[in-house]
Amino acid sequence: MISIKKLHKKYGKLEVLKSIDLNFEDSGIHTILGPNGSGKTTLMKAILGMVIPNDGSIEFNNKPILGEWEYRKDIAYLPQIAHFPQNLKVQELLNMLKDIRPGAVREAELISLFQIKPFLNKKLGNLSGGTAQKVNIIIALMFDSPLILMDEPTVGLDPISLIRLKKLILDEKSKGKLILITTHIISFVEEVSDRIVFILDGNIYFNGTIDTLKKQTNQKNLENAIANILEKTNV
Amino acid sequence: MFKILKYSFYDLMRSRWSYLYFIFYLLLGLILLFLNRDVSKAVITLLNIILVLTPLIGTLFGIIYFYNSKEFTELLLAQPIKRSHIFWGQYFGISLSLSLSLVLGLGIPFLAYGIFQSTEIFNFMTLLLIGAMLTFIFVALAFNLALIFDDKIKGFGVAILTWLSFAVIYDGIFLVLLLVFNDYPLDRFALGATLFNPIDLSRILILLKLDISALLGYTGAVFQNFFGTNLGIILTFTLLNLWIIIPVLAIKVISKHKDF
Ligand SMILES: Nc1ncnc2c1ncn2[C@@H]1O[C@H](COP(=O)(O)OP(=O)(O)OP(=O)(O)O)[C@@H](O)[C@H]1O
Ligand SMILES: [Mg+2]
Repeated sequence: MISIKKLHKKYGKLEVLKSIDLNFEDSGIHTILGPNGSGKTTLMKAILGMVIPNDGSIEFNNKPILGEWEYRKDIAYLPQIAHFPQNLKVQELLNMLKDIRPGAVREAELISLFQIKPFLNKKLGNLSGGTAQKVNIIIALMFDSPLILMDEPTVGLDPISLIRLKKLILDEKSKGKLILITTHIISFVEEVSDRIVFILDGNIYFNGTIDTLKKQTNQKNLENAIANILEKTNV
Repeated sequence: MFKILKYSFYDLMRSRWSYLYFIFYLLLGLILLFLNRDVSKAVITLLNIILVLTPLIGTLFGIIYFYNSKEFTELLLAQPIKRSHIFWGQYFGISLSLSLSLVLGLGIPFLAYGIFQSTEIFNFMTLLLIGAMLTFIFVALAFNLALIFDDKIKGFGVAILTWLSFAVIYDGIFLVLLLVFNDYPLDRFALGATLFNPIDLSRILILLKLDISALLGYTGAVFQNFFGTNLGIILTFTLLNLWIIIPVLAIKVISKHKDF
């Protein structure tokens, strides 16, 4: 579905992604890991065409995405930080987005799943962090898209909401969707992911299953395996 | 694009600043007509106000709206919409709603006064058209600057400076040049300089139209000598259109390369 070749991105002098080659063919859940500032968000935004690469190419269903926009109807995107127009009410924002992008088939279902009904008439600027994140999730997932990009979806969620989110993600996977997730929560990675992509210093440091990573680093659990990578590269 | 335009338009129409802007013109029109009782004099006073105010308001609203709707813009950028359509939609939404405040605000008192029976109707209409065009020009310039400067304070500062240059500093520089170089023919230079100032172009266009040579000023007089009245009007009008088209296209070019 996505094919990334020699992707290079720098902001001014800061080289964030040096030469990324990545393919996401099948369905399934792929987690993108890496330390803060390693370029995970940048990679997702590049797939969306929000960030323009300096070099390399990204193809979506075998078509280059540069300058294109229609392919985004097949992508649901959950941004890392929920930036909302502060003065709009939740329902107003949902209505606007539905009007601009038709096909929000799951709005009602998600509103009841995350129990957002009492907040629909509240201003977005007055929501608690976790509630804002739930609205963020609803906005992303109400469109039924074959590709889902989630940038730190768990931030601010309480344990029950987290369980619901996990179930939701696994349900989407069982429908045959491709799901890319960035997160720093290792237990979450272990529970949901089929494959890990580890970005370090602008390159793909590891790309494979959790088991392979554990074997490669001679560690019994994922947390230690990742700590192992980070320590080695810091020396 | 039209959906975005619609939302930006309503968004602005609902804001109290738009009301204030509308009411300002409404009062201005009433007061001018009340004081002057002479439509043609009212039109001249109005001209001077419109030439300064529409660019200023266009600049301010353009830059503030752009920075304030950043969050919504980011949401839109992840949706299946062309980038240029997002920014053009917002741009036309703001420009149209500001122009509407101008046209309604001044139109209502002048209509009530019986402008349609007056010979001044065409001059009045030209004035409104020029005000609307200046609005479109300066909102577009503000959008370009907001796209270039991520830093709000910087963008705001440069935008105000741009307005100041066209509205005030330009005249000052010309005055100094005329004083210093009064032995040299500055005609060609004046012609060239006028092309780069939409406010001066607007002023010349409307004064040519009103046929008031006394108010044309140096650049205007040169313009009239060079091209005559009719060609002068056509030329200034064409140039003003270019002043809209080029910045509007620039919005597309600049936004295309930007990271969000
Ligand atoms: N628009 C931008 N302009 C300049 N620098 C940027 C921009 N966006 C990101 N960066 C820089 O690029 C680097 C990578 O940022 P990015 O957000 O992709 O990291 P990340 O892996 O998502 O980090 P985190 O785990 O903290 O979310 C950071 O150093 C960041 O400061
Ligand atoms: Mg990030």
